[in-house]
Amino acid sequence: MALTRQDVAKVGLLARLALSGDDLDRMTGELSKIVGFVSQLEELDTETVAPLAHPLDTQNVFRADEPKPSLTTPEALQSAPRHDGSCFLVPAVLGESGAA
Amino acid sequence: MQPLELSAVDLVAAIHRGEVSAVQVAEAFLARIAKANGSINAFLHVDREAALARAADIDARRKAGKPLGALAGLPVAVKDALCTSDQPTTCASKMLAGFRPPYDAHVVAKLRQADAVLVGKTNMDEFAMGGSNENSAFGAVHNPWDLTRAPGGSSGGSAACVAADMAPAAIGSDTGGSIRQPAGLCGITGLKPTYGRVSRRGLVAFASSLDQIGPMTRSAADCALLMETIAGHDPGDATCLTDEVPRYTEMLEKPLTGLRIGRVAEHFGPGLDPEVAHGVEEAFAAFKAAGATIHDVELPHAKYGIATYYLVAPCEASSNLARYDGAHYGHRAEPGRGHRTSAGTTGEFESPLVEMYCRSRAEGFGPEVKRRIMLGTYALSAGYYDAFYAKALRVRRLIRQDYLDAFAEVDLIGGPVSPTPAFPLGEKTNDPLAMYLVDMYTVGTNLAGIGGISFPCGFTKGGLPIGFQLQGPALSEPLLLRAADRYQKLTDWHTRRPKLPA
Repeated sequence: MALTRQDVAKVGLLARLALSGDDLDRMTGELSKIVGFVSQLEELDTETVAPLAHPLDTQNVFRADEPKPSLTTPEALQSAPRHDGSCFLVPAVLGESGAA
Repeated sequence: MQPLELSAVDLVAAIHRGEVSAVQVAEAFLARIAKANGSINAFLHVDREAALARAADIDARRKAGKPLGALAGLPVAVKDALCTSDQPTTCASKMLAGFRPPYDAHVVAKLRQADAVLVGKTNMDEFAMGGSNENSAFGAVHNPWDLTRAPGGSSGGSAACVAADMAPAAIGSDTGGSIRQPAGLCGITGLKPTYGRVSRRGLVAFASSLDQIGPMTRSAADCALLMETIAGHDPGDATCLTDEVPRYTEMLEKPLTGLRIGRVAEHFGPGLDPEVAHGVEEAFAAFKAAGATIHDVELPHAKYGIATYYLVAPCEASSNLARYDGAHYGHRAEPGRGHRTSAGTTGEFESPLVEMYCRSRAEGFGPEVKRRIMLGTYALSAGYYDAFYAKALRVRRLIRQDYLDAFAEVDLIGGPVSPTPAFPLGEKTNDPLAMYLVDMYTVGTNLAGIGGISFPCGFTKGGLPIGFQLQGPALSEPLLLRAADRYQKLTDWHTRRPKLPA
């Protein structure tokens, strides 16, 4: 199954990965080959088989709703690329300017 | 006494009896690391001062007659995928270069509580994605048996450091074979426990329904010792099993008389190296001589394992790795350097924030990680979800059912770990699909959520280790460890050591 260069560009944006022209060319070929390989699953009739997302049969593991200590602000910020002591700083979410 | 030659079990006993101090043991292994790591690159970080201080503290407490943990004084190397609050945790990725987690992984905390001496963090394939350790952003690991060959992956550093006597024990993680395959290619013993047996809290997530932490040591008895410390319920991991942890070390003695081991004919098909096949058949013969019986079993969907795995794992990875966004921790691209992108130019991103995400991730992740994120994102995207992801989950159920059916007939399933012995560095780096196929015998264990162990069963004429794998039902660790231990009482493959340049 072949992916087009446009397919790969679209997936790149969904995956939040900036891809160069060379990246796009290479990945179009590589991903087409891998997708072709995994498509062998089509041989199997799985009409009546339920999906298995998880190997255990456990579902909805609950715990008591009790407050517990969590990271302090300095701990949470200790590896932040940019912060102001109480918040993470990021470039503008909307529009073109105001990058932090 | 030469600490490097002792098993983990014997080291702990010798320290306990005062025959050797924890400091002497730590010094011996640190000296070995200083000598051998340059040519092997198994460690990304070695914390010499902290290890020695820790060992001195253990010696002082022992002299004062205070109680000590079950691993008191045992040096342990930890894969760099587990969070350590006092050492960097990079997952061998530029994305996390220099990252210091604000907390310890559950397993790391348990090792500290047991008074193990954490000597350092081991090299790996970036984010545990790979089967050769060549995907590390900090350089490949070299196989101690032949420095021109790969140690396997992704826990290649953990396997190589134990094989080269740089640590008596290491912690690895196994998503599709990442403990068992490098253990096999480096001639050591590695256990991939049942899914949920060991807490994953603080293990950097790759594919959460497949990831499992386990021990990598020289022998099954040493794996049993580590399991008693690292296994067990953790409320911080909702998928962690509540079942009581058995005394693995006390369950090794019983003979194998009557043990039923399954043999899958398809494991011996095309692609299996003849020397590996020979070593594996010899191991079956040894188990038979020890009282086990060998039975043909079928795993009819095993041939779809790789295709299933390379959908399920990348889909989960694409979701898990979305957290590396350059905002909270990890690499952030410098603003505005005009990078051509999938959308055209920088100006065409919908906002400066999205541009920062896209460029930080492009700069921080290596090629294989990007490939898997792309594959997973594609397989989960609108229009493809049912055809790829949901389809793979249905086949996953068929694969698990095969094991359940087989384990109605036999107690364990034996076979090769990998189709070939350790391959030359660089041989598969340009062919992602060829690299994926090295996992052909190991991914089923993870898809089914069961246990598996690999251990050496011979050597090629060229002197490379050959691995044997046993897979068992959920929570069969006592049996897996006992079968491997009984085999190791009858053979000496696991005692062989590579000759390294002095």
